[in-house]
Amino acid sequence: MKILESKSISKYFTDPVEFQVLKDISFDIEKGEFTTLVGKSGSGKSTLLYVLSTMDTDYTGKLVIDGQETGNMTKDELAGLRNEKIGFVFQFHYLLSDFTCLQNVMLPALKLGKLSNKEIEERAYQKLAMLGLSDQALKLSSKLSGGQQQRVAIARALINDPLIIMGDEPTGNLDSNNTRIVFDIFQELSKNYGQTIIAVTHDDDFASKSDRIIELKDGEVIRS
Amino acid sequence: MNINAQIAKTYIVTNKKLTGVAVAGVVLGMSIYIFMNSMLLGFDKASSKSIFKTTPHIRVYKDDEISRPLVSSNGKKMLLINPKIVPAKNTIINPGLVISSIQKMKDVEIVTSQVNANIFYNSGKSQITGLCSGINPEEADRMYAISSTIVEGSLGALKGNPNGILIGSGVSDKMSLRVNDYVNITSSKGLNKAFKIVGIFKTNNSVIDKTKSYVNVLSAQQLLKEGNVYVTDINVNIKNPDDAEKIAIQISASTGYKAEGWRQANETLMAAQRMRKIIITFVSTTILLVAGFGIYNILNMTITQKINDIAILKAMGFKGNDVIRIFVTQAVSVGIMGVIGGMMMATLIITLLQHIYVGGDIGYFPITYEVTKYIQGIVVGMVITFFAGYIPAKKAANIDPVEIFRR
Repeated sequence: MKILESKSISKYFTDPVEFQVLKDISFDIEKGEFTTLVGKSGSGKSTLLYVLSTMDTDYTGKLVIDGQETGNMTKDELAGLRNEKIGFVFQFHYLLSDFTCLQNVMLPALKLGKLSNKEIEERAYQKLAMLGLSDQALKLSSKLSGGQQQRVAIARALINDPLIIMGDEPTGNLDSNNTRIVFDIFQELSKNYGQTIIAVTHDDDFASKSDRIIELKDGEVIRS
Repeated sequence: MNINAQIAKTYIVTNKKLTGVAVAGVVLGMSIYIFMNSMLLGFDKASSKSIFKTTPHIRVYKDDEISRPLVSSNGKKMLLINPKIVPAKNTIINPGLVISSIQKMKDVEIVTSQVNANIFYNSGKSQITGLCSGINPEEADRMYAISSTIVEGSLGALKGNPNGILIGSGVSDKMSLRVNDYVNITSSKGLNKAFKIVGIFKTNNSVIDKTKSYVNVLSAQQLLKEGNVYVTDINVNIKNPDDAEKIAIQISASTGYKAEGWRQANETLMAAQRMRKIIITFVSTTILLVAGFGIYNILNMTITQKINDIAILKAMGFKGNDVIRIFVTQAVSVGIMGVIGGMMMATLIITLLQHIYVGGDIGYFPITYEVTKYIQGIVVGMVITFFAGYIPAKKAANIDPVEIFRR
């Protein structure tokens, strides 16, 4: 089943001079695939990921997520779609520093509002336990180490059981030990839970272990 | 509690310093706004109160007339080239009828006739010029509250006593006159009459205390060598002094005599009052605005600080409106805390000032808790804090999260 379709997506930067970052990019991603986007710096891989995540709406072409065309949705509708169907893990952990780990993990679910606070809290504990962080749950997120913070961010991405998890260099800022831990988590999610994952990386080792590699060069797909 | 409110609460609690500074700004602006405006109203009330001690709300009298040609000459040149005041008597004809017709009007509370005479007080060799008002003691007391100013003797003793007189404390000091002493009065018409002092009053307005005296209307008419229908002034008090000008026009129209409201009669005081009002309104509004700008800046700063959080929240699926709600909730909470603090502070300042003695005929500092000004302050304070939160939040809500991540 196709979960994400990119149909001839192009994008231009106009500042400082007009420059085409993405050139006519088309590919499909199946449910349960662990895909990595690779390419040299400036190849447009992060830009593509932001387009696919619906956070960047300034492009031409068609993007279909879970059978829904996103081109004519409003920003608020897109926010709703992200909330329900996409989990995001950034290069820099990007947790809210004024909140505890548990609160950070709970936030997307509280926003979705489908479950009661108590159920959400239980789920959040489950996710944190799965990532080996149950003893850190009530600490402020800023008090954790980098690797721990990244795992909290993954737990947060998982809380709403999204269709797709997207990662923008999720291991880019971590040492080799933590990189291995994060990669193992991704692989486990993909293998054991059938989770669709799209991750941007420049770590060839990381990419080689994934199901599928899409390589970009100068805004064009050269391998998929 | 809804998730947006929870986030707002966390921001307020974790940034105590910033919240404290913002709240202090609102407290300062609010309290000064309420206090200044209450002071202004207090001043106005005190000054009208002191005006009403000697001035009626409306004074009806016969104005001087300018001579006119006997035959009106339509379109032709006037025969009189130097019109002057007609030397007529300043008396109101048939005062009983005029009084009863005014009494029938709506909103009129007290109507009393008065006869004023310029006089000399004589005691032995000393002589003081002064003004003697012939009054109907009961009605005049209701109008000017004369009995509340009496320090010796009583107003009651004047009733039905054509030889009684009430004198100001200044007159009594200068001529060392006490109650039951006699004072000789010479009128402008050359008439001499001895009066028995039945009371001494002290208004704390030294000009009045040193010149004024009250006698019965009949005695004043005698001093002016006039009969008992001679009345120069009819004084009218109405329910709401602010309507004086409007009712004066009605009285003028129905009686044909000149009716003058207290504002017209005290134009200089009114001008000073207006000026004071402009200055205080200007100053207090400026302070409130400055406080508003302070809050705007502080909230703008929090939003700039939290711009990453905003991007994360939006990436997680929070909508633009959620972002606005979070920061407006934060701003309004600061507003509510500030408004409550401001009201308490204003109440404290007003209470302190009420205990300061300033002397004169004012006594204690004339300031009261003005409910309308409190309400105004609350409304203005809340509106400013709302927009101080809304405007920067609206800006932040419209940014694409990617734009923030790329920085």
